[in-house]
Amino acid sequence: MNAALPAEATDRALRAERQRAVVAALAAVLPPHALLWHGEDTVPYDCDGLTAYRQQPLVVALPETEAQVSGVLRACHALGVPVVARGAGTGLSGGALPHALGVTLALAKFNRIVSVDKASRTAVVQCGVRNLAISEAAAPLGLYYAPDPSSQIACSIGGNVAENAGGVHCLKYGLTLHNVRKVRGFTVEGEAVEFGSDALDAAGLDLLALIVGSEGMLAVITEVSVKLVPKPKLARCIMASFDDIRKAGDAVAAIIAAGIIPAGLEMLDKPMTAAVEDFVHAGYDLDAEALLLCESDGTPEEVAEQIERMLEVLAGCGAMRMEVSKDEAQRLKFWSGRKNAFPATGRISPDYMCMDSTIPRKRLADILLAIQQMETKYQLRCCNVFHAGDGNLHPLILFDANDPDQLHRAELFGADILETSVEMGGTVTGEHGVGIEKLSSMCVQFSPEEREQMLALKRAFDPQGTLNPGKVIPTLARCAEYGKMHVKRGLLPFPELERF
Amino acid sequence: MDAALARLVDQVQTARAANGHFRIVGGGTKDFYGNALQGQPIDVRPLAGISSYEPTELVVSVRAGTPLAELEALLGERGQHLAFEPPRFGPGATVGGMVAAGLAGPARAAAGSVRDHLLGATLLNGRGEVLTFGGQVMKNVAGYDISRVLAGSMGVLGIICEVSLKVLPAPTATATLRFECDQADALRRLHAWGGEPLPISASAWWDGLLILRLAGARAAVEAATLQLGGEAIEGALAATFWQGLRDQRDEFFVNAAKAIDAGAALWRLGVPQTAAALALPGEQLVEWGGAQRWLCTPAPAAALREAAAAAGGHATLFRANDHHADKSAGCFHPLSAPLARFHRELKKAFDPDRVFNRGRLYAEL
Repeated sequence: MNAALPAEATDRALRAERQRAVVAALAAVLPPHALLWHGEDTVPYDCDGLTAYRQQPLVVALPETEAQVSGVLRACHALGVPVVARGAGTGLSGGALPHALGVTLALAKFNRIVSVDKASRTAVVQCGVRNLAISEAAAPLGLYYAPDPSSQIACSIGGNVAENAGGVHCLKYGLTLHNVRKVRGFTVEGEAVEFGSDALDAAGLDLLALIVGSEGMLAVITEVSVKLVPKPKLARCIMASFDDIRKAGDAVAAIIAAGIIPAGLEMLDKPMTAAVEDFVHAGYDLDAEALLLCESDGTPEEVAEQIERMLEVLAGCGAMRMEVSKDEAQRLKFWSGRKNAFPATGRISPDYMCMDSTIPRKRLADILLAIQQMETKYQLRCCNVFHAGDGNLHPLILFDANDPDQLHRAELFGADILETSVEMGGTVTGEHGVGIEKLSSMCVQFSPEEREQMLALKRAFDPQGTLNPGKVIPTLARCAEYGKMHVKRGLLPFPELERF
Repeated sequence: MDAALARLVDQVQTARAANGHFRIVGGGTKDFYGNALQGQPIDVRPLAGISSYEPTELVVSVRAGTPLAELEALLGERGQHLAFEPPRFGPGATVGGMVAAGLAGPARAAAGSVRDHLLGATLLNGRGEVLTFGGQVMKNVAGYDISRVLAGSMGVLGIICEVSLKVLPAPTATATLRFECDQADALRRLHAWGGEPLPISASAWWDGLLILRLAGARAAVEAATLQLGGEAIEGALAATFWQGLRDQRDEFFVNAAKAIDAGAALWRLGVPQTAAALALPGEQLVEWGGAQRWLCTPAPAAALREAAAAAGGHATLFRANDHHADKSAGCFHPLSAPLARFHRELKKAFDPDRVFNRGRLYAEL
């Protein structure tokens, strides 16, 4: 321990020296109020929505113009300093966790809606514009922006693009990827670049598909052109309760098998239902083992037809109770429970860890039953919400971070869920991103050659590796270390997973 | 690894060691598309068969050499389809070729592109490695979305071995309406209708006629038919028209083939749907609510590229005689400097020795 002290002192001195150099370089491109480096000023930037991981950045840059973004990137590139782009900071995987020796590029000031056009059904917005603000701006034209992550009141479109954010209406309306036409931004060298186009396609390789979901690893985004869709004339929601998780899972498959693509199809398990009902009083059935929300939207005739068919299917699958929203107020009340699942969980537990794996829909009951067994194994409780329509699961593991053993067990519990999801043919993250949180789980999902291909792709955009370093793709060394830990602990299975 | 895939890997390793290179071949129905073919053929068709199909998961996994017709027939049996309506230029067309070309049909504006429906892919890269990205689930953000970049990649990153595609129930009802109007009027109508919640699934304007297809729930299609007016086209005739448009056997394309023989070229312009009618010589067919303009024209490449760029889009030389001057200059729209650099670096990252489809997309790749 003692031997580490001089090294720490040296580290501190090196950090201070580097900070001076970076501040001097950035002062040349930013006004004084747009540059923070004193400890007390940079504290608010030390984490994103994944609060268990914190790191104070070396410097925070708050540019106000694209020229300043370019200037910051050019300066950092010349110095070989890491840059971590940050939007609203609501991300749940630590994608915006600062780098100890890097610059956090906070883009909150890019909050202008540039244009909203009815004829082309397109909105051009700066990256810091909130998701919900786009729909609010488009509402007078009878249009809206479809992807609606639960954090839509706070999260920004730049972050949505970086994470390929989803929401509760993805099955019918797609992910962020399907609703973005063009992204404007800067390369790591500070050169302006546009991905995609105002047409429905662009020349060459579809690099827009790479940028969406790239978690700030390939370029910095400053402006986004999104597709708007006409607001449906009517939306109605069915709330159906089941006395058995398996029956609810079968009902989801039966709806799809009937040729119906609902606008939303969500599931909550019993503990989750209890937590949200106590919080928002949405009128949920507290006796249900599983609760389904099935939404239909479109013309009144279309909605009537689809609701009737869904009621038939749900009844056939053994729904105990079904209620159809009578008006918009009741529909929003039904959704209020689902949309408040995370804060409701925050009320019943000091801390919770939110998982985000996706599985084939048919394995829904299997994974929920596996999670129930894990609750016993790790001696922690877990509530589940599920984007049932697209197979995306959000188990919320309840724990107390003040108890290191609980935190440790929660992490093991989470990793176990992710690896079980991969075994079932799914993926470790459906919409929250890998960030820092799921790096180790990436070792399980991808082979060394696949990970090396992703690292090579990263180098194609960022040869020095200074854009958001250390996120998304684990190094070979890290995966080797993770493999060893697995075997030593003997707590988790580590089978040679079959690839598909 | 099965025998067919092992053989391909072996061929790639051998060629790489001997400094050889390949053109990737499926049914050969799109040999006309893109820059000149180079290298020895490497046939992907032995890599055939549906790996899994689960209608209730809305996902099909299929090997690249499988005939597209076989896939579509299977989906049809369960009332499902590929919503992006890929064109079929011949009965031999394969699923791998469909993804590599990335072309979508009349439903593109409403239903999305090939890439939008691609959930995962297995790739044989230029180092002879077999890699799987994405998966069989709708939502997946684990790592870079490499599978989707393969759509429209023209084989320059490697051989697409297998893909998982999102499939959708075929619409329960359709109707086709016909309106007499000029191009400007057609564009105006399409933009106005597009802003309303109408079940428009395709549009085509050519030679003074706008043809509109509605698709969806019966109630929605019936209500929209009443609202929009126009002249209803009988079901079988309408179906033939849309099939012909999708597969480019429609009259416009038949005429274009003749014009190409006489030295003209067929161009595909991707432009913002609100772009005004393009002032260029030759016949124009407008699809995708205005976002896709087909031009059969003797005009030189520079004029097309300039018009497309001025409108905020891009121009592709889609079909021309092999000896057409513009074809040797490159079929695809030139890229901005940073994008061209990313293309070169990506080629290096996936296929450092340029084993696959040299020059097919851009000369330097």
